[in-house]
Amino acid sequence: MHSKFNFFLYFRGIDKTTQTMKILVCISHVPDTTSKINFTNDNTGFDTTGVQFVINPNDEFGLTRAMWFKERQNATVDVVNVGGPETEPTLRKALAIGADAAIRVNTPATDGFAVAQELTKIAKEGDYDLIIAGRESIDYNGGMVPGIIASNLKASFVNNCIQLDIEGDNATAVREIDGGKETLNTTLPLVIGGQKGLVEESDLKIPNMRGIMMARKKPLTVLEPNENQDFTTSISFEKPEPKGAIKLVDAENIDELINLLHNEAKVI
Amino acid sequence: MSVLVYIESENGTFKKSALEVASYGRCVANSLNTSLCALVFNSKDNATLGAYGVNKVLNVESTHPFTAEAHSNALKQAVDKEQSTVVILSNSANSKYLAPLLASDLKAGYVPNVVEAPSSTSPFVVKRSVFSNKAFCNTEISTPIKIIGISNNAFGLVEQVVDITTEAFELENISSKIRVEGVDKATDKVSIADADIVVSAGRGLKGPENWGMIEELADVLGAATACSKPVSDLGWRPHSEHVGQTGKPVATNLYIAIGISGAIQHLAGVNSSKTKVVINTDPEAPFFKAADYGIVGDAFEVVPKLIEKLRAFKTQNA
Ligand SMILES: Cc1cc2nc3c(=O)[nH]c(=O)nc-3n(C[C@H](O)[C@H](O)[C@H](O)COP(=O)(O)OP(=O)(O)OC[C@H]3O[C@@H](n4cnc5c(N)ncnc54)[C@H](O)[C@@H]3O)c2cc1C
Repeated sequence: MHSKFNFFLYFRGIDKTTQTMKILVCISHVPDTTSKINFTNDNTGFDTTGVQFVINPNDEFGLTRAMWFKERQNATVDVVNVGGPETEPTLRKALAIGADAAIRVNTPATDGFAVAQELTKIAKEGDYDLIIAGRESIDYNGGMVPGIIASNLKASFVNNCIQLDIEGDNATAVREIDGGKETLNTTLPLVIGGQKGLVEESDLKIPNMRGIMMARKKPLTVLEPNENQDFTTSISFEKPEPKGAIKLVDAENIDELINLLHNEAKVI
Repeated sequence: MSVLVYIESENGTFKKSALEVASYGRCVANSLNTSLCALVFNSKDNATLGAYGVNKVLNVESTHPFTAEAHSNALKQAVDKEQSTVVILSNSANSKYLAPLLASDLKAGYVPNVVEAPSSTSPFVVKRSVFSNKAFCNTEISTPIKIIGISNNAFGLVEQVVDITTEAFELENISSKIRVEGVDKATDKVSIADADIVVSAGRGLKGPENWGMIEELADVLGAATACSKPVSDLGWRPHSEHVGQTGKPVATNLYIAIGISGAIQHLAGVNSSKTKVVINTDPEAPFFKAADYGIVGDAFEVVPKLIEKLRAFKTQNA
C-alpha cells in the first residue's frame, strides 16, 4: 500500500482499499513446549536429541491472524525464518496452514540483533505493509526481533499485540500492558510483536491434508545471509539447582502452613 | 561515563521493580567505579532514589501518555548527555516494548530476563533465564553500550544512601507514530507483573462461579489473581490472567497454586517465583515436585479455612 506502484495507482484515482496488503510473518523454529531442556559440549550448546521443533506459539497466533487478513481482506502472506536447513519442515507447516511463499535465510539464529538485521533486509526488499513477529521466542526469550525491525524500517511498532484491525492504511491495535490493556492507533507500515489474544486459541489453524499437499508446490526460497556481527554471545548454559524436598502440611493444620510462610519462607 | 537506569512509576509512586532496577544499577556503577543516573518522568520524590544509590536524576515533566518511541528516544538523549555505557531497565511490558527500539538506535546489545549482578564487567557477562525459566544462559554483551532488562525479585532491593542531585531534562523532538486512544486498567488491583504474591487457580476449581474464594484469598494477602491456560481458554477467567510459558511469566515472592496440576508449560512460567505453595487433591500431581510447601486436600475445604486463618494472622500482626 505504501509502495511507489500503489502510489501511482492512487493518483490515478483507483481506490487504495482494493490493493492487496502484503504481510510478512516471521517464524521462529523452537523446541515444543513439553521439551526437556539439556545441554551438550560442556554446557555450551543446546542438546536437540529427541526434541521436537514447532512454530513458536506466539508466531502461530500471528500467522493465524495473517490468514484472517488473507481470507477477509485479500492480503498476501509470506513467511520467513532465519535458520539452517533443519527449520524447513517448520516453514512447510506454515505454508500448509496457508501462507503463499516461504523464505529461509541460511544462517543459524545465534543473536537476536543479527536475526533482526536479516529480517529487516527481507522486509525492505519485499516492501511489506505489515510485519508480524512474536513478542518473544520461547527458546531464548529475547523479545527484541520485532522492535528492532520496526526501528530499522522506521515503521510503527506495537508490542504484546492482542488485537489488530486494519483498514486501508490505518491500523487499530490493542496492546497488553501490566494490569490491563491499551488501544492504539497508527498507520502502515506496521510491525507487531504478537501473542495469544490476536486470535482465539480455538481458531488456531491446523494444516489439513489439502494444505499439506499444496504446500509441497509452494515456493521456499533460500537466501544467503549478510555479514552481520553478533552483539551478544551465549557463553554457557546452566540448569536450575535441583529443588529441595517439598514440606507437606496436613489439610487440618493450616496454622502450620501460615507459620512456615511467616517464619521460614518469610513471605507473609 | 555513567550507568543509566530507567525508573517507572505507577500513580505517582515508583514501582518496586524500578527501585530494584536502581539497586542493580548501583551495583554495576560500583563495579565500574562510576556514577548512577536515573531517567524519571514527573518525579516528586527523588530522595527515595538516593536511598537506592542514584546520584543524579534527570527529570522529564511530560503530560503525554507513555509511548515506546518517545521514551526510547528520551533514554537515547540521556545516554548521549551522560555518556552512559550501561542502560538498565525492568522486565515490565513498557520496558520490554522500548528496549529493542533503544538497542537499534544505540547499536547496543540487549539482554532481557537478567537474574544476577554481572559476573564480570570486562568482558561484560550477565546471567539470564532462557527456555522460559527452564535454564540459564551466561551471555556476553560485546557492544560499547550495553542494555539489560532485569527480572523481577531476582536481585532484590538493596539500600545504599548517596547524595542525589536533580536536573530538569528538556527533551528534543519527542514524537511517536503511535497514538494512544485509550487505556483500560483496573486501578484497584495489583497486576501480576508487580505483585509480591500471586494466587493462581486451575481447572480443579470446576467452574468460574467458584472464583469468589480465590479473589477473597488474594484480597486478604494483597495478591494478584492468576489462572492456568485452560481456565482462560474456557473463558472462566480473562486471558490477561493466564500465566505460564505461553501466558504471563510470574516471578513473585509467593505463588499459591490451587487446583493446578503443574504441567511443564505452567511450571516453566512460574518456576522462578521464590516460594511456591500447592493445594491439590491428587498427591501425584506434578506440582508437588516443584513446590516448597503443599497441602493434599480439597480446595473447597482448604481455601476457606486458609482465608479465615490468614485474616486472624493479619489482625494479630497488624
Ligand atoms: C503449546 C502449549 C502451551 C501451553 N502453555 C501453557 C501455559 O502457558 N500455562 C498453562 O497453565 N498451561 C499451558 N499449557 C497447558 C498445560 O499443558 C496444561 O494442560 C494446563 O496447565 C493444565 O491446567 P490445570 O492444571 O488448570 O488443569 P488440569 O491439568 O486439569 O489439573 C487440574 C488439577 O486440579 C486438581 N483438582 C481437582 N479437583 C480439585 C479440588 N477440589 N481441590 C484441589 N485440587 C483439585 C486435580 O488433581 C488436577 O491436578 C500449554 C499447553 C500447550 C500444548
